[in-house]
Amino acid sequence: MYDIIIIGGGPAGLTAGLYGARSLLKVLLLERLAPGGQVLTTDRVENYPGFPEGVSGFELIDRMKKQAEHFGLEIRNEEVQKLELSNTQKRVYAGKEILETKTVILCCGANWKRLGIEGENKLVGKGVSYCATCDGPFYRDQEVAVIGGGDTALEEAIFLTRFVKKIYLVHRRDKLRGTKLLQERAKAQQKITFLWETIPLKILGQQGVEGIELQQVRTKEISQKAVSGVFVFIGTQPNTDLVKGRLDLNREGFIKTDVDMQSSIPGVFAAGDVRAKLLRQISTAVGEGATAAFAAEKYLESRK
Amino acid sequence: MSELLQVTDKNFEEEILKSNLPAMVDFWAEWCGPCRIVGPVVEELAKVYKDKIKIVKMDVDKNRETPIKFGIRNIPTLILFKDGQVTQTIIGAQPKSHIEEELKKLL
Repeated sequence: MYDIIIIGGGPAGLTAGLYGARSLLKVLLLERLAPGGQVLTTDRVENYPGFPEGVSGFELIDRMKKQAEHFGLEIRNEEVQKLELSNTQKRVYAGKEILETKTVILCCGANWKRLGIEGENKLVGKGVSYCATCDGPFYRDQEVAVIGGGDTALEEAIFLTRFVKKIYLVHRRDKLRGTKLLQERAKAQQKITFLWETIPLKILGQQGVEGIELQQVRTKEISQKAVSGVFVFIGTQPNTDLVKGRLDLNREGFIKTDVDMQSSIPGVFAAGDVRAKLLRQISTAVGEGATAAFAAEKYLESRK
Repeated sequence: MSELLQVTDKNFEEEILKSNLPAMVDFWAEWCGPCRIVGPVVEELAKVYKDKIKIVKMDVDKNRETPIKFGIRNIPTLILFKDGQVTQTIIGAQPKSHIEEELKKLL
């Protein structure tokens, strides 16, 4: 019987694990791929406090993991298939095991949203990408489209300028929503051409991406651009398949909690990107992970 | 970092296409975060399937020809080969169980 089982090994989960372990609780973290989550896809993290020169996503996570393990966090590479949360004793079905625990902290994070347009699914991996650090270099000296107007779209577009010849940054509004500093940097890039108030209609190509069909939002005028890559950065959706229909979620599907990370089921907490919140960053995930572990500890004490 | 054999554009045909054993090639690069997720999983599987399946890596930064030949525009990508033919392509970081399932089909 565990005191806490944490599901998801990104910054939220690893911090919850660190705090839980230091409270001398019996804590297990289950991660289905590798610790890090979305942080691993980013080239450089510049806004996590403590790193004046920035830090690579990989290095940051590696340090978090080592720290938590140093204090006794058990991490297992397992995928959770099912959760039974309604009783005092929770059950976590992972791999071939059924694990029992008194509390669960959900740190499942989010994954990238798809456009849902024609040609997209067919051409994933053949020109449609959701990760610039993974695929950017394959587009050396080529022309690509980046869809989105937030921080990720801007950061990744700037990253791509190292390789590509030209970027069309396609955004459906006439104003970007990313951090002002990133907006300045993106606008200063010669290789980036902004296509304002424009939405993608179709991704074109047979064996690989050959172009993209666009529409101007106000005039409804349709145009095409010949590009060999389409990078989609339009936001994230929560990984809540495990708890859909059982926990209170907001309209977009993120888990609702009170200020202490407690979800609608007692003893079940949530932290990080999977939560309904204002700001999704490593810095907020870390704070919530710590809070969730502390709240779980208080909950355990109250039931002694 | 890795103990696995790194294949190159030069020896790809010899090592993989003409191999007696079925093979899996992990296409990766230094700057690719998700590749570092897949890396350790691939190494573990290489130990498990030693002498049954040839599991190797290819650095796409140093070897540009082979990835183009196989239409790779995305990494990490794992390509499974049997008798010189592509039997399966796995794009993006996938859980170990998923990759292992595909490896078993090669045997």
